[in-house]
Amino acid sequence: MRVALFVPCYVDLITPEVGVSVVRLLRKLGVEVIYPEGQTCCGQPAFNSGFFDEARSVARHFLDVFEGERFDYVVCPSGSCATMVSHYYPFLLEERPAERERAEAMGGRVRELSDFLVNVVGANAGDLGARYEGRAVFHTGCHGRRELGLLEEPRELLEGVEGLELVEWPNEELCCGFGGTFSVKMPDVSTAMADEKIKALEGSGADTLISGDSSCLMHLAGRLRRTGHDTRVLHLAQVLDPENGGGK
Amino acid sequence: METKKPPRQRDTRDRREEGIVSPVEGFNERGRKAAGDKALHDAIQLFTHKSVAGRNAVLNALPEAPELRERAYGIKQRTMANLDRYLEQMADAVEDRGGNVFFADDGEDVVRYIGELARRRGAKVITKSKSMATEEIELNHRLEEDYADLDLEIVETDLGEWIAQLAGDTPSHIVGPILHMNLERVTKILSGAAGENLPPNVQALAAFARKRLRQKFLTADVGITGANFGVAETGTIVTVTNEGNGRLVTSVPPVHVVVMGIEKLIPRFEDLSVFTRLLARSGTGQELTVYTNFVTGPRAEGELDGAEEFHLILMDNGRSKLLGTPFEEALYCIRCGACLNVCPVYRQTGGHAYGSTYSGPIGAVITPLLKGTDEAKDLPHASSLCGACWEACPVGIPLHDLLLKLRNHQVEEGLAGKGQKAAFKVFENTMKSPALYNISRKAGRLAQKPLLKDGSVKPVPGPTSGWTGSRDLPPLAKKSFRELWKEGI
Ligand code: SF4
Repeated sequence: MRVALFVPCYVDLITPEVGVSVVRLLRKLGVEVIYPEGQTCCGQPAFNSGFFDEARSVARHFLDVFEGERFDYVVCPSGSCATMVSHYYPFLLEERPAERERAEAMGGRVRELSDFLVNVVGANAGDLGARYEGRAVFHTGCHGRRELGLLEEPRELLEGVEGLELVEWPNEELCCGFGGTFSVKMPDVSTAMADEKIKALEGSGADTLISGDSSCLMHLAGRLRRTGHDTRVLHLAQVLDPENGGGK
Repeated sequence: METKKPPRQRDTRDRREEGIVSPVEGFNERGRKAAGDKALHDAIQLFTHKSVAGRNAVLNALPEAPELRERAYGIKQRTMANLDRYLEQMADAVEDRGGNVFFADDGEDVVRYIGELARRRGAKVITKSKSMATEEIELNHRLEEDYADLDLEIVETDLGEWIAQLAGDTPSHIVGPILHMNLERVTKILSGAAGENLPPNVQALAAFARKRLRQKFLTADVGITGANFGVAETGTIVTVTNEGNGRLVTSVPPVHVVVMGIEKLIPRFEDLSVFTRLLARSGTGQELTVYTNFVTGPRAEGELDGAEEFHLILMDNGRSKLLGTPFEEALYCIRCGACLNVCPVYRQTGGHAYGSTYSGPIGAVITPLLKGTDEAKDLPHASSLCGACWEACPVGIPLHDLLLKLRNHQVEEGLAGKGQKAAFKVFENTMKSPALYNISRKAGRLAQKPLLKDGSVKPVPGPTSGWTGSRDLPPLAKKSFRELWKEGI
């Protein structure tokens, strides 16, 4: 099995260690990993601000880069960016049949990390030798939850991590308030939404916040730090990667 | 000769709306105030939690709910595709039963029609049951103003709406108009109406309201209702209520006027059961509302109740121009309120922050569509696009996708601001070119250097302030993933 890694731009630039953990996880499972170096961003910031022409042009770049490689799947450690390709590229290119077809073909091969691990490889945390000491809550990003329907997969993986206690928190389904450019266009409302999540997190007694989306984590961690919380904040891949020492 | 340089013109343009990372005026400001109001916040949480829990319970107990949702969408889709035909059918059916039908282009048409009707009937007291369509056109206010000579007394009879009316307030939720008020405030408002201090308990307040409203019901000359559904094949108007006030508005006064948005039509009687099974479940978590009223024209010979005169006003007010456009699905809404209850933005801000009659996700969609997209420019951005609304909507309206399309529409209409346009052009060019992307990353690393403090980027005024005002900003990593990859992982 050969996969092309799609590393979202903010992971590439801000939390590259998440990408590194993904590579290690995949290799450990015997998956060959390639990284198409021409990749940049999926175009979501422009898209969700309504700049469809600009987003289309970035989408074409993505398709050109990945179509130039040979692989079985594209794996992405973000439900949001995976959704951008699988759901919103076809939406953006709806009126251009040839390009739409390209987008749909690519979209059919894109898998969010937990989806790939559980549903394609059939992996579990035991296979990976994952260990983590802590009491954690998991935040499902909204695209992963609603567009991709990935509710069970990350939990299944985390439940197998030795030492990790996964706890429920109230209103788990509520958006964290990031929302791409929403976070800076409506900063106060976005922050109030983060505070709601943080209140729930406090109530859960968890010392760790895990998610499959680094963008949600950047927003929540940013608010946690600003409000003096020392909650550990980790991407799913980091918790599953034993070499990362559970991200510590 | 020395030439003096002209003084530099200070650039005083307001750039806040222009930047890619600048707050959008309006909603954020109002939302922040609302989110900081503890009493309001508690009231919203209480209402939405209760509604969502109720909704989940009754919908989970209805195995055919997903299928009903698809059928509801299909019925609305077919209705809109043939709306002119169904409107005609509806009008014919009502007229055959002896009712009057009026097609109103806008709110002004509605106000004029009802004003003239009131004049002809010598009406003094008008009772109303809850209707968002009449809120949309500010009917009460405009009737009182344009027909001041008639000295009309217009009384809202839905308890929540009446309290809002007494307080000079507007509804903050489609279904729970005064969820933003606590008991203390309601007690104060009703005590004012009573002219004495009422005890702050629900029974006593309801008893007072019932007594006072009863007098109005009995003396009303005209009753005005909205419509939850209009059945084209029979001309039947269906309203659902929980208080029974709707019945007293339609059956006691000699004249009954229905103000119905044209999108409320459904073709056949049998379609109704699809919607009635979804509406109350989605909105209030009830299997069915307490009352489901059917009114078909005026009282016919041998019938025991009904008005002598029946008027159906079919109101367009910006709706028909959405037919056949990418925004048509916005017309499928049955105003259940579920999308408001599940919306994480609404749950922070409440309805008034939207600054419009309709709030929450459907309000953010429909307000600019009905009023014109250069109005309420902030509303399409009042969403994190999480999709909870779409998931909850009993008709399956992809509200978050409609918000995206509205944002795109703003861009295409040139309403998005030059600064933003330029910024996204730069974004496009950077992301299309791996070389430029790398250069930008390096430039970013350099630029952030003087700003690093305790592992974060220091909050400074400028492009990052929208973020750093309330959240720490992580710095760009020393080495990007692609560099680490090249070095070998
Ligand atoms: S958009 Fe859907 S969920 Fe929202 S009020 Fe209308 S019918 Fe209900």
